[in-house]
Amino acid sequence: MTENQLSHLWVYLSASPLMGLTMTLVAYSLAIKLYEKGHKNALLHPVVVAIALLILFLSLSDMSYEDYFEGGQFIHFLLGPATVALAIPLYRQFSKLKQNWLPISLALFSGVVIGAISSIVIARVSGASLETLLSLAPKSVTVPIAMGISEKIGGLPSLTAVLVVVTGILGAIMGIKLFQILKIKDDSVKGIAMGVTAHGIGTARSFQESSEMGAFSGLAMALSAVLTALILPYLVTFLHWLDVF
Amino acid sequence: MNFLHGITLLLIFQLIGEMTAILFNLPIPGPVIGMILLFAILLWRGRSSESLDDVSNGLLSHLSLLFVPAGVGIMVYFDRIVSEWIPIGLTLVFSTLATMMATAFVMLWAQKNSLKRR
Repeated sequence: MTENQLSHLWVYLSASPLMGLTMTLVAYSLAIKLYEKGHKNALLHPVVVAIALLILFLSLSDMSYEDYFEGGQFIHFLLGPATVALAIPLYRQFSKLKQNWLPISLALFSGVVIGAISSIVIARVSGASLETLLSLAPKSVTVPIAMGISEKIGGLPSLTAVLVVVTGILGAIMGIKLFQILKIKDDSVKGIAMGVTAHGIGTARSFQESSEMGAFSGLAMALSAVLTALILPYLVTFLHWLDVF
Repeated sequence: MNFLHGITLLLIFQLIGEMTAILFNLPIPGPVIGMILLFAILLWRGRSSESLDDVSNGLLSHLSLLFVPAGVGIMVYFDRIVSEWIPIGLTLVFSTLATMMATAFVMLWAQKNSLKRR
């Protein structure tokens, strides 16, 4: 094959969604293999490794994020049906939710409010720009919902998507350690705290611990997403009125 | 066939959710409304179905894969993140810890108190 033919082939492949889609699945499979080889070390979190591999591949091949996303969007799209699918584990755990509804509601409400206020205050005090501050505010909510909220309050939706993913990874890693240090053993408490803070990535991590923790995390992720979508726009206006930012 | 049936149901509920959000101008995203509706119907029917179980297990067991394409977007915001890494880093770490601890402690506290009352 001549160099000319090769570059033609590359132009064709990089313009088709096949490349981005395939590379995402390949990078993720490699990341899972590495995670299992590395005895599930938290620093080898498959999402981090897969993202790093893809960025490396894109910068070496000089492919833009937009071209990559032509293929990546098919996987990104599945976040919608996956959110709907959370109704099933939620339904299975409903009896536990009913028994425990008051502690769970109080915990969800405090988590959502403290999460939003702490992120706005810390960002403000440490000197973040207004756009970054507003993009950080919905960081604990699952990607498609966080992007919608971010747009509504004046942040940058795609920056929010990135910050949400980083928050999820941080929360999944720090959460497991934090529960050990604080000696919290109750799966329902751990699951709720994980879901409120680290959305789907924390939920995926919780399912590895136990299916009960996973179901509670999925429940918390879904309910806190609804709650944040309802509260955050008003909370932001209120904090702005108080001159917090 | 099972998988096809399950994913079709999920997409129908998502579609209804999206349409409801637009029609009534709700601040809640469509997929969340779809989830609430599906949950309500499962409660009303009193059972789930095999095809729904299969597809939700399939999707939820690879949930973290679905975040990868959005995460790669970090390369677009590389300059902003580098120039604001201190506020972004501090906010992510400390607000995440605060949220996690607040949620866990409030729930432990409320569980202890509601047990006492019984």
